[in-house]
Amino acid sequence: MADNGTFRRETRDWLEANCPESMRQPYNYEADACWGGRNCKFQSEDQKAWLQRMASRGWTVPTWPKEYGGGGLDLAQAKILKQELARINARPPLESFGISMLGPPLLKFGSEELKLQHLPPIARGEIRWAQGYSEPNAGSDLASLQMRADDMGDHFIVNGSKIWTSYGDKGDWMFCLVRTDFEAKKHAGITFVMFDMTTEGVSTRPIKLISGKSPFTETFLDNVRVEKNQVIGEINDGWTIAKYLLSHEREMIAGAGILASGSLPVSEVAARALGRQNGILSEPMLRADIARFEIDERCLALTIERARDEVKAGVSLGAVASMFKYYGTELNKRRYELLMSVSGQEALQWEGGEDGLGELPKKWLRTKGNSIEGGTSEIQLNIVAKRILGLPG
Amino acid sequence: MALVLNEEQLMLKDSARSFLDSQAPVSHLRELRDSEDREGFSRELWAEMADMGWPAILVPEQYGGLGYGYTGIGIVLEETGRNLTPSPLLCTAMVGAAAIVKAGSDEQRESLLPAVAGGQHLLALACDESSRHAPHEITTTAVKDGESYRISGRKINVADGHIAETFIVSTQTANGVSLFLVPKDSGGVSVEPFRQLDTHHAANVAFDQVVVNKSSLLGPLDDGLGLLDYLLDVGRTGASAEMLGLAQEVFSRTLDYLKERKQFGVPIGSFQALQHRAAQLFGELEMCKSLVLKALQTLDEEPDGDPELASLTKSKLGETAHLAATEAIQMHGGIGMTDDFDIGFFLKRCKILDNLYGDSLYHLDRFARLRGY
Repeated sequence: MADNGTFRRETRDWLEANCPESMRQPYNYEADACWGGRNCKFQSEDQKAWLQRMASRGWTVPTWPKEYGGGGLDLAQAKILKQELARINARPPLESFGISMLGPPLLKFGSEELKLQHLPPIARGEIRWAQGYSEPNAGSDLASLQMRADDMGDHFIVNGSKIWTSYGDKGDWMFCLVRTDFEAKKHAGITFVMFDMTTEGVSTRPIKLISGKSPFTETFLDNVRVEKNQVIGEINDGWTIAKYLLSHEREMIAGAGILASGSLPVSEVAARALGRQNGILSEPMLRADIARFEIDERCLALTIERARDEVKAGVSLGAVASMFKYYGTELNKRRYELLMSVSGQEALQWEGGEDGLGELPKKWLRTKGNSIEGGTSEIQLNIVAKRILGLPG
Repeated sequence: MALVLNEEQLMLKDSARSFLDSQAPVSHLRELRDSEDREGFSRELWAEMADMGWPAILVPEQYGGLGYGYTGIGIVLEETGRNLTPSPLLCTAMVGAAAIVKAGSDEQRESLLPAVAGGQHLLALACDESSRHAPHEITTTAVKDGESYRISGRKINVADGHIAETFIVSTQTANGVSLFLVPKDSGGVSVEPFRQLDTHHAANVAFDQVVVNKSSLLGPLDDGLGLLDYLLDVGRTGASAEMLGLAQEVFSRTLDYLKERKQFGVPIGSFQALQHRAAQLFGELEMCKSLVLKALQTLDEEPDGDPELASLTKSKLGETAHLAATEAIQMHGGIGMTDDFDIGFFLKRCKILDNLYGDSLYHLDRFARLRGY
């Protein structure tokens, strides 16, 4: 414990000295997040410095081993770092699917060669990754995917299309599920591959959402060459990797249910907008809904904390990523319904203006996808029912 | 502090579970009800609990206690909640012991704590005067009369009021709120016991010009509201722990039933309509586990507790335990409505615990107030 006290002090001092002032506030706009990548345009010198300084300590990926660009911290130290970052409202230095999705399965199942090739550039924010999972006819039934990879000896030739690729037009590399055995049962013929998106034959097309924005693309592969040394795990055993990655993706999405550090609680937004009478929010029905929401928000944060503490103590809750994904995304939808109610008719304006007018309705609409992407709420409940509760069928 | 139980606490949990499973399962409650037991709990069982050291958990070692803290007693209450076991644990070993430990004079501690720890002296917090919980609206008065106080008023639905040797009574004094320790055999105290819908008993207690010595004052004169709120928060957290055990047990019985009951040739648990509701309930129960543990640990770490967390926990547990108990009846179908089957006992007990020290709506409101809206 004494060591951790020292670690906390040193961490606090280092953050004080190295986190630029402008990086100590929540995101105001989507563009405030730094995603790195080959074509990264930093919004400011501060943003660039913050990423580079954190990456130099390995703190973009605090628990990864040092040889792969990580910080080599144990779980207790990582918790302290997280608390100290939250204390000064520091922004994440890097948002990355490489970190939150690809990293965990690559660390667990990847060869040494693949780890050394891919992990350090992820940690430094140099390569931005895209996910090739869903297909037009493989949504909730992901394992029925049909993207075809033909074995050409030392490489595959891949044909087909993916859909719902987050920021597919900005990705440098893609991790992707392809079918390599066409006779086997659907779960058994899948392989997990990676390729550079500048390879000949790869193209993307944006999908415009109800929010008016296009965070997703369709991705088309037309006779794309993928090297066999870019397979994680065994050929035809990609479903194992796919599921492991999904559980990490779901935990990441669940985090959306927790109030971002430095953001105003819904109740405070409401009190500023609507005012109080005798210390009580003026709208009693809205007040009750907000109170229920804030109770559940605290519940989720404490339960994620407990799950991490249990992992540290060696007692695991088991397959709970699905529960967190369900709870967190339903919570985030409630948050934006409440924020829309609080803002009333003002929130109905679509065109942008000063004070971020027009932002809220787009965010609200975007949250409707939270309970669909990464496996729908209904799929999560199926998984909880079968894998955790042991219900039949 | 990490949100996990330590070695000592895990052992306490195991021993509480195995003791209660063998000595006081739900059939024990049914026997008490069917025999129309006069007190609604078993003195023999209580003596065994005292042998196990349970009423001593919160009492410091210098007074013959174990000093395991709130987390310790909460763990045991979760297990009694699982088995719906009637006992004076919540009122005496948690709220009562907390009152004396936190606010008692040396004399009060020395005279009461060893007997509390040994299970010989039972306590009850007499704080409600209206049907809906409103503990700050106090009409019971304590008027100074020389070296004594004269207490007059009526408290209703006093949990364990039918068996308490001493009442902790909230009163209005000249310039505020004060708490007094009032022995039940004081002249002018009348206890009207009754059986509640869950077959646990309680009492209305009237105080008619009851004279107590000024040494019976518990905590500060006129400034006892903070102490009252603290004790209520302790009780709320204890009731939440009990509801957590209750909710988990009723859910686990329901899951078993979903797996074994067949209709249309298949187990009803294979129907998605039921699977999804069960999965949602599982998630809510995981939330509740985190809340109760955090609330108990906070009582151990923060001298004045955390009122916001206590209300949050009581509100959420009241709602979730109720959901678990009503879903249990619905998913069991007709058999869940029968008196022969135990499931109904869980809903009944849940109703009492939800109401105790303020129901889920009361605490939803208090939570919002404490957060400033």
